[in-house]
Amino acid sequence: MKAPSIAGPAIRVQGLKKSYGKREVLSGVDFDVAPGSIFALLGSNGAGKTTTVRILATLLKADAGTASVNGFDVATRPANVRESISLTGQFAAVDEILSGRENLALVARLRHLKDPGAIADDLLRRFSLSEAGARRVSTYSGGMRRRLDIAMSLIGDSPVVFLDEPTAGLDPEARIEVWNAVKELAGCGTTVLLTTQYLDEAEQLADRIAILHQGRIIVNGTLAELKQLFPPAKVEYVEKQPTLEEIFLAVIGGDDKSDATGTTTGGRR
Amino acid sequence: MTAYFFNDTVALTGRTLRHVTRSVDTIITTAITPVAMMLMFVYVFGGAIDTGSVSYVNYMLPGILLMTIASGISYTAYRLFTDVQSGIFERFQSMPIARSGVLWAHVVTSLVANLISLVLVMGVALLMGFRSGAGVSAWLAVAGILLLFTLALTWLAVIPGLSASSVEGAGAFAYPLIFLPFVSSAFVPTRTMPGPVRWFAEHQPVTSIVNTIRALFAQQPVGDDIWTALAWCVGLLVVAYVFAMAAYRRKIA
Repeated sequence: MKAPSIAGPAIRVQGLKKSYGKREVLSGVDFDVAPGSIFALLGSNGAGKTTTVRILATLLKADAGTASVNGFDVATRPANVRESISLTGQFAAVDEILSGRENLALVARLRHLKDPGAIADDLLRRFSLSEAGARRVSTYSGGMRRRLDIAMSLIGDSPVVFLDEPTAGLDPEARIEVWNAVKELAGCGTTVLLTTQYLDEAEQLADRIAILHQGRIIVNGTLAELKQLFPPAKVEYVEKQPTLEEIFLAVIGGDDKSDATGTTTGGRR
Repeated sequence: MTAYFFNDTVALTGRTLRHVTRSVDTIITTAITPVAMMLMFVYVFGGAIDTGSVSYVNYMLPGILLMTIASGISYTAYRLFTDVQSGIFERFQSMPIARSGVLWAHVVTSLVANLISLVLVMGVALLMGFRSGAGVSAWLAVAGILLLFTLALTWLAVIPGLSASSVEGAGAFAYPLIFLPFVSSAFVPTRTMPGPVRWFAEHQPVTSIVNTIRALFAQQPVGDDIWTALAWCVGLLVVAYVFAMAAYRRKIA
């Protein structure tokens, strides 16, 4: 079932175009994503991030251009593409009426894996959802849902994972939980395409960042490269005030997550 | 991927069936309108309606059963609409599964949910004095026609389920279907109706289906009604299926 990873880019997008009626959403998008890296597609609302992801996930057909995932063309080899990917975030979802465990076991069954129950239990543990595992998802908080959502994407070890605005609408604490999950994912060699409108999220997670604006990629590079494009940094001496986010997290005491506190005390990478 | 069609459809059907068993209220709601109608017609209006030698509850049960199905399939549309809306439909479509299994799971679930409601309504009818001396083959024929009618209306429900833009829209298509039995032979003999109404009542699908089921329960010959009924059901099924698949293809691009 599992599609092996290939040499060359994990995702290749060339001249991608898409219009909804007369409104052109993508007007020639090009980018490559290297295997095992985290690539952030940054853009404001309506920039075409979700449209790009939906085309790559074989949910939408492009008007022009080509796109391939894990070496398979999305238009001509959609079944192979679906074997290579997992989609989560804005347009992926969890079943509210089932329990967290049942959601995970269902995905494991649909990926034709042995012992779906054991896979579910293992992921519940890894995502600190064991206690809530038997409860209906409708009782979960936003952060728990998103964690479950990401856990569902890990089943089957897809070489490529799409995360469409994975932290939209989450509180700061839940956002850090999701960030940690994404880092763990990339740590295992998975290629991650992340869309976001939060600049700090791209800065925190991504190896490469591309800015999608008015249907085109206007900038594409590492954070260091992006920084060089703009006026050089000036050295100023400013008293370091904690951000409101840091205050918030310190006050509510995020000590239960060691990584989270690491971030709040300024240990950004 | 078609090799997994059966496995995937079973897994997805298990999921949608849990939606039904965990919201028993939808089955009760499906059954409650037909049961209320049955109580009202049998105990309030029934005495004034001349149905000859047939007891009124026996007379109107077939129409009530069709009404049960018509109200049941609005939940089919609702369940499918919720899947599309929540994004779980897209999650399944982006997975390496037999994609049409998602739709078939909803269809099978619709058949099961409607069967439960039909049994419930039938139980109430028995308490109210419905009796039939029909043999096994007649009962099977009744079950077959009801199943075919449910299947046809289920595929009809798939269309708004996939393409509606609001919950209300997804369920609203069922209302005319629920009221169709009123302008048919379901509750009163059509001969008492004025010309144009009578013409409509005698040429719409409910009348032929109701007459067939009534004849089967009463152990009378079904005549040509059964062929008209089957033609309506199969015709509706084919048309609904074609449009549902067109809506599905638009959805999955």
